[in-house]
Amino acid sequence: MELAAAVLAGDVRALARALTLVEERLPGARELCVKLAAHTGRALRVGVTGAPGSGKSTLIDALIHVARTRGERVAVLAVDPSSPRSGGALLGDRVRMTSHAADDGVFVRSMASRGALGALAPNAGEALDLFDAAGFTLLFIESVGAGQADVDIAAESDLTLVLTAPGGGDSIQALKSGILEIADLWVVTKGDDPRAASVKNELLSMLTLCGAPGIAERICIVASLAQQGVDALLRKIVDAGAAARADGGFDLRRRLRVRRRILAAAAELCAERLPVDTPLLAELEVRIRVGDLSVVGAARALLSGGNA
Amino acid sequence: MSRKIRVLVAKAGLDGHDRGAKVVAAALRDAGMEVIYTGLHQTPEMIVAAALQEDVDVIGLSLHSGAHLVLFRKVLELMRAQGLERVLLTGGGIIPAQDAELLQSEGVGRLFGPGTNTQELASYIKTEVAVRRAAGGER
Repeated sequence: MELAAAVLAGDVRALARALTLVEERLPGARELCVKLAAHTGRALRVGVTGAPGSGKSTLIDALIHVARTRGERVAVLAVDPSSPRSGGALLGDRVRMTSHAADDGVFVRSMASRGALGALAPNAGEALDLFDAAGFTLLFIESVGAGQADVDIAAESDLTLVLTAPGGGDSIQALKSGILEIADLWVVTKGDDPRAASVKNELLSMLTLCGAPGIAERICIVASLAQQGVDALLRKIVDAGAAARADGGFDLRRRLRVRRRILAAAAELCAERLPVDTPLLAELEVRIRVGDLSVVGAARALLSGGNA
Repeated sequence: MSRKIRVLVAKAGLDGHDRGAKVVAAALRDAGMEVIYTGLHQTPEMIVAAALQEDVDVIGLSLHSGAHLVLFRKVLELMRAQGLERVLLTGGGIIPAQDAELLQSEGVGRLFGPGTNTQELASYIKTEVAVRRAAGGER
C-alpha cells in the first residue's frame, strides 16, 4: 500500500516511517503532508511545558490512563534536547510512559530538538499532523524542559498546559511573563507535596494581578503518580477543547498555525539564499568597523546586492 | 548529510543493573546518535513495540540476569513478526562467549562485554547501519 493510504488506515509501521520522513525531510515528505492535509484538524493538540523535572512526562502518562478509559486514541510527541556538541541526543521521556507500551491505542514518539530554539523540534507540527491523519484523537506535545521564553509550543497546540512543581525555589520565578502568558491551564504538579497549595496560591495572586479572566478555574493541582486530580484535569482539557471548537477559537489557532509555518519556511528559504562568504560581505564588515554603516544598513545592502 | 542513526537502548526482564546501559546510551549520544532510553524491566513485547513506533535502526539490549538466550531470541522473533528484519539487534552485559556465538548464528549482531571501548561499539553500529540502509535502497 502507498504510504499516505497506509498512514490513513492507521498502520503503525507506516506512521513510524512517515514520522522519520518528515523529521529528516527525506524525499517524499512534502508530498505526503500535502496528501494528508485534508485529513487533519480532527484531533485536539495539547501542549505540555514547564521547567526540567516539573513532571511533564509523568503527567502525560497519567492523562493517557484516564483518556484511554474515555475511548480516546492518544499519541505523544516527546521532545528532548539535542547535544550541541555531538548532535546526538538522549531521549528519555518514554521511561515514564512504558505502562502503555502494549496498548495499540497509544503511540509515543521521541524527537530530538536538533538545535531548534523555543523548546520544540523543527518539524514537530508536521509530526502532529501525521498523528492527526492516522486517527489519533488526543495529541500531547511534550516540550523540552522549558525556560521563560520558550513559547513556540503554544503556536503548535490547541491548548497549552504550563506546569510548575513545588520545591524549585521560587517556582513562580520560572514562570514569569512569556511562558506564563501562553498557558490555557496552569498545573501545579507533585500535589502530594505539602507546599503545593502555597504554590497554587502564589500563582493565583500573581495571575489575578495580571488580570487574566477566570483564573481560579484554570489552575489545577495534580499528583500524577497517585492519579489525584488527573481525571478533573482531563475533563477541563476536553471541555476547553469543545468550547474552542464551538466559538471558533480552535479554527483560528489552526489557521494561524499554518500561516506561521509558511513564514518560518519562507525565512528558512531566505536564509539559505544569503551569501555567507562573499567579497561583498567582507566589504560591508569593513564599513561597519570604520563607522561608515550600521549593521541593519549592511544587512539591507546584502539583501539588495550591494546598494547601501 | 546522512540522516541520524536512532538507537533504542533497553533493559529486558528482571534485571536492575542499568549502569552499563546508561554508559552506552551516553556514549552513543556523544557519537552523534539519537538514543531512546526506555528504562528498566521491559518485556520483549514492550521493547519491540517501542522500536516500531520510534522507527529505530538499532535495538541494544543490556542483560546481566543470565536470561540472555531466552530474551534475545524472543525479541528477534517479535522483530521478525513485525517486519523489522532490517533493524540491528545488538547488546551486551554478562554473556558467555559460546552463548554469544550461538545468538549470532541465529541472527543477533555482535554482543559486547565488560571493558568494551565505547568507540568500538559506536563504529560497529555506524558500519552495520550503513550496510543495512544501503540494502534497503537508501544512499
